[in-house]
Amino acid sequence: MYSVNYHRATSVADAAKKIKSGDAKYLSGGMTLIPAMKTRLAAPSDLVDLNHIADLKGIKVSGKSITIGAATTHFDVANDEKLKKVCPALSHLASHIGDPAVRHRGTIGGSVANNDPAADYPSALLALGATVVTNKRQIAADKFFKGLFETALKDDEIVTAVTFTAPAKSGYAKFPNPASRYAMTGVFVTKGKDGVRAAVTGAGDDGVFRSKEIEAALTKKFEASALEGVTVPSGSLMGDIHATPEYRANLVVVMAKRAVAAANA
Amino acid sequence: MGIEGIGARVARKEDKRFITGAGRYVDDMVVPGMKHAAFVRSPHAHADIKKIDTKKAEAMPGVIGVLTGRQLKADGIGNLICGWMIHSKDGSPMKMGAWSPLAVDRVRYVGDAVVVVVADTKGQARDAAEAVEITYKERKSVADAVDALGKGAPQLHPEADGNLIFDWGIGDAAATDAALKSAAHVTRLNIVNNRLVPNAMEPRAALGHYDKAEDHYTCWTTSQNPHVARLVMSAFYNVAPENKLRVIAPDVGGGFGSKIYIYPEEIVCLWASKRTGVPVKWVADRTESFLTDAHGRDHHTTVEMGFDKNNKIVGLKVDTIANLGAYMSLFSSATPTYLYATLLSGQYNIPAIYGNVRTVYTNTAPVDAYRGAGRPEATFVLERTMEIAARELGVSPAELRRTNFITQFPHQTPVIMCYDAGNYGASLDAAMKQADYAGFAKRKTAAAKKGKLRGIGMSCYIEACGIAPSAAVGSLGAGVGLWESAEVRVNAVGTIEVLTGSHSHGQGHETTFAQLVNSRFGVPLDSVSIVHGDTDKVQMGMGTYGSRSGAVGMSAIVKALDKVEAKAKKIAAHLLEADEGDIVIENGQLKVAGTDKNVPWFQMALAAYTAHNLPQGMEPGLKETAFYDPSNFTFPAGCYICEVEIDPDTGKTDIIQFVAADDFGNIINPMIVEGQVHGGIAQGVGQALLEGAVYDASGQLLTASYMDYTMPRADDLPSFQVSTSNTPCPSNPLGIKGCGEAGAIGSPPAVINAITDALGHDNLTMPATPGKVWAALRAGAKH
Repeated sequence: MYSVNYHRATSVADAAKKIKSGDAKYLSGGMTLIPAMKTRLAAPSDLVDLNHIADLKGIKVSGKSITIGAATTHFDVANDEKLKKVCPALSHLASHIGDPAVRHRGTIGGSVANNDPAADYPSALLALGATVVTNKRQIAADKFFKGLFETALKDDEIVTAVTFTAPAKSGYAKFPNPASRYAMTGVFVTKGKDGVRAAVTGAGDDGVFRSKEIEAALTKKFEASALEGVTVPSGSLMGDIHATPEYRANLVVVMAKRAVAAANA
Repeated sequence: MGIEGIGARVARKEDKRFITGAGRYVDDMVVPGMKHAAFVRSPHAHADIKKIDTKKAEAMPGVIGVLTGRQLKADGIGNLICGWMIHSKDGSPMKMGAWSPLAVDRVRYVGDAVVVVVADTKGQARDAAEAVEITYKERKSVADAVDALGKGAPQLHPEADGNLIFDWGIGDAAATDAALKSAAHVTRLNIVNNRLVPNAMEPRAALGHYDKAEDHYTCWTTSQNPHVARLVMSAFYNVAPENKLRVIAPDVGGGFGSKIYIYPEEIVCLWASKRTGVPVKWVADRTESFLTDAHGRDHHTTVEMGFDKNNKIVGLKVDTIANLGAYMSLFSSATPTYLYATLLSGQYNIPAIYGNVRTVYTNTAPVDAYRGAGRPEATFVLERTMEIAARELGVSPAELRRTNFITQFPHQTPVIMCYDAGNYGASLDAAMKQADYAGFAKRKTAAAKKGKLRGIGMSCYIEACGIAPSAAVGSLGAGVGLWESAEVRVNAVGTIEVLTGSHSHGQGHETTFAQLVNSRFGVPLDSVSIVHGDTDKVQMGMGTYGSRSGAVGMSAIVKALDKVEAKAKKIAAHLLEADEGDIVIENGQLKVAGTDKNVPWFQMALAAYTAHNLPQGMEPGLKETAFYDPSNFTFPAGCYICEVEIDPDTGKTDIIQFVAADDFGNIINPMIVEGQVHGGIAQGVGQALLEGAVYDASGQLLTASYMDYTMPRADDLPSFQVSTSNTPCPSNPLGIKGCGEAGAIGSPPAVINAITDALGHDNLTMPATPGKVWAALRAGAKH
């Protein structure tokens, strides 16, 4: 790791001010940034730590309306009793991110802002039709995720929360990469008042995306059986030493089936 | 057996310090004035070094020295060598290219060391390493061994025309061809044995300290064989004469073969320490480990096995291309020859065998012995072939094996080895019973009802351990003898120090070796210390690899204990005024048999040192040294059965059960043996299902971190069912065969045989990842 200046932000406004020093980066859980710095692949001059801003932590459930503070850890999302009642799929998703150490440090805001193409949360936000709240505005998930590690966030913009309305049904299933255990393909499906949404992570060569083939089939019938014989095109899917695009296309359908089964369980 | 003696499940003495974080590894060593090294490594697979500019780096904060290969050569440091001479079929010696510890004119793989920077801190050394400016002219590279032999392949070393290091043969080619011609059935297949990265938990490290006052060097290093490191660094690399070089291998966190070899970094740290006048430490990070630790396996093989009409094997022909990487590592020539092709008879009567092995330079990390070393490759060739032959012949895999088992011992194979003892049918029976092989059809049907594909596969392996009789390996080209030495020091109060040339880096020697002493003299384990890993303490040693510490290292201890016992009995007889032949040692006492006359062990020891009352002419003291040179290899063998279930939707393989029935000869500590088998199977299952080093077309290692290189995790593995049925080894005093590598040797074919059984065809390569199994299910058999 190169030497770096550390700043602990006391409030969102304080963080927004401190980010102006040098080539600074916000630090949330640091589960991607710190390893990248340790291997010298990332070299910010300054880090502005968001973890000690009380306003960014916690989960509020009000009826079906849910707000999760950006600095809330995966562990807390996985174990919040109220959230588990209204949207168990999201808690289930959080409970399978990384390992226990990662789940106690990593945050939903950090994951969303990083937009790793194999991260779990982006698929959930897209399928839930969630809104990303920042210190400047509110951005619909459909417009937030822009590609590999790219989002609609401006350089100094801070994710403060994620909000969504819990759908009637939701489910998530992922097939982990054998080595990294990130999602090699993960599918989050929802059935709400606006219909069916199915978002895929880990597979798209431009990051998280909604699968219209899956959504069309599940709109007819929200059952795993509706996906029998359904195929998704492999042309825009990733290929690497672990999985070909064709294999990922297969996994999209298989994981969608399992996600629907979980949603209906 | 006593509660602490041979055969007892004693908890490992060394584990207390390991699990409480009190172990002392090379990186824990601190010498006053110590500085830190960082290596500048080649980012290219193959390139000429046009210019090295160190000025900017030298001006960086904390920098003490920036040193190049030219300076190293000017100081007379020698090239790294391969210590086992192999001759090609035409009689010519192997073609060894030059390997300078720091590259001078050319780099040949990504990770090749070029410049070393020494600075006050590790961070400063790395910063300065980034500031070294090297101008390269890239050359065409080749990573695949078959491609490297092809026309138009880039040439790596001027010494090795067409990148061929040697073209070696073993066995009778004409007899084998004739046998295959006359065969009623010939099974043919192509096999790839995937390249693996050893991944010891502790990365490699070195601390070199040149003491100007004494004109003496000390090297702390992560070595499985510190005496060999000293010998080679003195005799070949010109670092320092042996009497001026001390090598210490303290606690070492796993080796698996990768820490046998002497690497550029320890040589450079010693040289740089003299050159800069400060002690120099280097510790690999994980990426450096992936890039520069010697890799394992990487064979391409074609096999032909012929059977007569009674399904008896009549001949076996094997043609292997082995990738040795960019340079020849210390034992790289022996691994795919004498550790591989000499095991091609397996557990079977095969009248005619011919093995041809070509070794090849490529622009990849050097390849050398990795847990099993040649024997996993031989076992994979044989046991895949046997399984496929059984399928082709329409007989059960067990019956085909049983039909061909060797049952008379000693048995001379056509490929050098003479098997001394074994009972292969017993291991097969035990494994099949444990696995409920007979009930498999029912389980397969039940799995099919759940939409899962079940398969079962076996592997009957044999390996050669305890390497090895020195005269035998000398005649085959080894540059060293492979005996072991021991010294037993009985202190004046009766406690005992055993100095051994074996080295423990996970094996538990501090416990098992002490159990041996306990069995002999009744001294409690706490009173026995095992000393290893320091050339200033231990007289000499050849180190630990090839499952040799029990069979060879402990045999040396037995010889020294014999001498101690003889002298102790003389002293006791003298003290008790009895005949020496009547003295027996029981429960820590030397007794006159059949009487209650005795002298406690500690009193005898005290008498040896006070020397007030010793037999006429006896020297005081009680300390004995012995060297043991084995008379034969040992031959552990066994049968492994693996049962898998495949999810056809995802191609994911779950191992439902894994049974290991091994014959290791006599066993010192069954718990430690089981641990060795568990670890070996984990690595073997890793090779079969998960692990594989992949270089891209430009020679970049794609699997250079745990994000892409799949290590086995606990949830990838079932609870193993292990058992032993032991036929004692006749060639060493304890009857030990060795157990360190069996798991990694026997398991890969069992796993792949099970998966291909479930698939219904054999068109599958390792690692059988979910993606590959899914594709194999869709592709079906390719003929």
